[in-house]
Amino acid sequence: MNHTEAEAQPIADITWAGGPSPLAVNKKKLGMWLFLLSDSITFSCLLIGYSYVRLASPDWPRPFEFYPAIVKATLMTVILLTSSLTMVLGVHAAHKGERSRAVKYILFTMLGGVLFDVIHISEWINLIIHEHVTPFHNPWGSPLLGGAFFGLTGLHMLHVTIGVIYLGVIAWGFGTKRFAAEDVEVSGLYWHFVDLVWMFIFPLVYLINVAPK
Amino acid sequence: MSAQPHSVTHHAEAPKSFIRRYVFSTDHKVIGIQYLLLALAAVTIGMVLSWLFRAHLAWPHLIIPGFGGLMRPEQYLALVTMHGTIMVFFVLTVAPQSGFGNYFLPIQIGADDMAFPTLNMLSFWITLVAFLVLVAAFFTPGGAPINGWTSYPTLSAVGSVSGPGQGMGETLWVVSIALFCLASLLTALNFISTTIEMRAPGMSLMRMPLTVWGWFVTAVLGLLAFGVLLAAGILLLLDRLAMTSFFVPAGLVFNDTQPPLMHAGGSPLLWEHLFWFFGHPEVYIAILPAMGITSHILSNFSRKPIFGYKAMAYSLCAIGFLSFTVWGHHMFVSGMSPYSALAFSFLTLIIGVPSAIKTFNWLGTLWGGKIQFTTPMLFAIGFVSLFVTGGLSGLFLAQPAIDLPLHDTYFVIAHFHIVMAVAAIFGIFGGLYYWFPKMFGRRMNETLGKTHFWLTFIGAYLIFMPMHWMGIMGALRRYASPGGLGFVARMDPIDIFITVAAFVTGAAQLLFYFNFFWSIRHGEKVEENPWHATTLEWSVPSPPPHGNFVAAPHVYRGPYEYSVPGYTEDYLPQHLTPEQVAQSAEAGT
Repeated sequence: MNHTEAEAQPIADITWAGGPSPLAVNKKKLGMWLFLLSDSITFSCLLIGYSYVRLASPDWPRPFEFYPAIVKATLMTVILLTSSLTMVLGVHAAHKGERSRAVKYILFTMLGGVLFDVIHISEWINLIIHEHVTPFHNPWGSPLLGGAFFGLTGLHMLHVTIGVIYLGVIAWGFGTKRFAAEDVEVSGLYWHFVDLVWMFIFPLVYLINVAPK
Repeated sequence: MSAQPHSVTHHAEAPKSFIRRYVFSTDHKVIGIQYLLLALAAVTIGMVLSWLFRAHLAWPHLIIPGFGGLMRPEQYLALVTMHGTIMVFFVLTVAPQSGFGNYFLPIQIGADDMAFPTLNMLSFWITLVAFLVLVAAFFTPGGAPINGWTSYPTLSAVGSVSGPGQGMGETLWVVSIALFCLASLLTALNFISTTIEMRAPGMSLMRMPLTVWGWFVTAVLGLLAFGVLLAAGILLLLDRLAMTSFFVPAGLVFNDTQPPLMHAGGSPLLWEHLFWFFGHPEVYIAILPAMGITSHILSNFSRKPIFGYKAMAYSLCAIGFLSFTVWGHHMFVSGMSPYSALAFSFLTLIIGVPSAIKTFNWLGTLWGGKIQFTTPMLFAIGFVSLFVTGGLSGLFLAQPAIDLPLHDTYFVIAHFHIVMAVAAIFGIFGGLYYWFPKMFGRRMNETLGKTHFWLTFIGAYLIFMPMHWMGIMGALRRYASPGGLGFVARMDPIDIFITVAAFVTGAAQLLFYFNFFWSIRHGEKVEENPWHATTLEWSVPSPPPHGNFVAAPHVYRGPYEYSVPGYTEDYLPQHLTPEQVAQSAEAGT
């Protein structure tokens, strides 16, 4: 509500006039924030569940060697962080109305997501085929390592993959003027969230399970 | 008022084709009715299941057709499990929140639809699929799962070695609940966005009807709680299908059989924590909308403003907040530290404070009012009675020293059925009788309605009050044939009494079914505001058109302006402009 306008009115009439205020967030953005809130709770529970069984297991294995596991995971972290940067640039360009630049940055972001998936899948294949890790068995210790690893990283990979598809739709729609800059920003929220979840998975799944020297 | 652009944008036209209009509709009113019909189907199945196991408890030697002779213990457990799951998820969660909330939240805040109509449609269809998946568990080779609606591991995590229904049936159970979580998350997100973003001009938070507050707080609980159950469901599914062992320690033996040796290292306590972190908010998800509906109806038919509006809204929020801090009181016997139990007990007892605020405010609303004993009013008063009765036994169970002997007895069954199940059902019935004229343009028959109320009200107490005594005497729940124990055998007459009461009360519901379906076509026609109510849903035609409002509504006052001194009518609707009010007052004098 316009401040001076409000002052001109009798006290009893000064009420919020409906519509987008008072929180001044559009409803798509609010909906995405709420979704991310609930999704973060789901991931928190999985991470807490994983931490619980890890603490409760006397023989929890620490199998990840510096190469290839940690190097690959670090590379994936860098790629995902970079894709967040290109997403920020894309949102910025979208808000300035530079459609083709925004689409280009979104495509870079998607490329980051695809690269992340490719490296991740290669790592899964390596673990499954060469190290003989399954969700219920591994050569080193508590069988829960496999379940926790594939469960957590699998759900995250699913989020990245859905994100790549989502960004593809947004890039197409924004390029053809079907979607507004706001929609790009909302998709950016999702992408940063997926990135943020990885920032928890990287230390909690990889770094604390580095093989002792 | 300032010339703030108003967010209500009217849909051009209602879709013409039958499919788009009544089946795959994005109209919140159609979706609300779809949810209500789903809940009606679910509650019918759930009630029949309860008759079957009640009959077995009363007459263990009775041969019921379809069970292949005497009912076996696993069949009994399957009935109990499915009864609980269907009732908690597909009746108590679906009807008051998704059903009434969908239909009336947008109208009551002056919006033309929910914030995300397509998402809303998607939620309903996911919920329906979840229901079908659950019911399909009956038709799997081993039958339905047998570990109760809480689905505790290790029984639920190791597959069919732990019982016949624990194979495919339990997998379907987990899949169904995961789908239900997803749909409920989307619904919750939609409700919150709608309440925050779509209110009409003048509809400030403190002018929202208490029903909207109930649905809003419930949606917040849903958003924060269902994600937890989803995570737990994912882990349980991994345990079952990928042979992980999040919930399964090593070295277990079931029915002389060891589960596959891969299982090692997990803990069933992890499930209990995750499940009840969801499960306690869930019982408030069932009851908070009913509290809102009760407040709404009590004020309407007492012809008085609700007593302590702000206290009512804040106490809803307080109950919602506290519900996330008390999950441990379901786990007093799990071996937790007595110090943790003390904390959980203390927090649980604190819930008594906002609950008492609500109860006294309901009584304060009734006090000195010109009470009209219509059917919805009777159900609202019945709700208060049940809530107080069930709440008081909750104070017993909140204390570890008393809970330890009472845990898993019929006392617990009596407590949660009265305070959560029957009370919430009374909220649903109150809402149905109250809003039926708005949804269908006709009124339900009052005589049938009042008969239905008295039979149900008395019947509910006859069923559940004796269970308190049985519980105190030590009768354990989840036992198909407890009669072998001497002290339990002496309770056989009580069991028979309860079963007969359950049949009579169930049969009384036929009055409701008849009244409901008959009145849709043949009920007495009514104009748009038959109860002389104040809120926005009564300012639109019955049933409301596509887009709800003919002209964009504007709100000038609080929701419960009944018997305003100096005004001609005894109700002052929210949407009347000050000029209309002045004119009407002049004409009256």
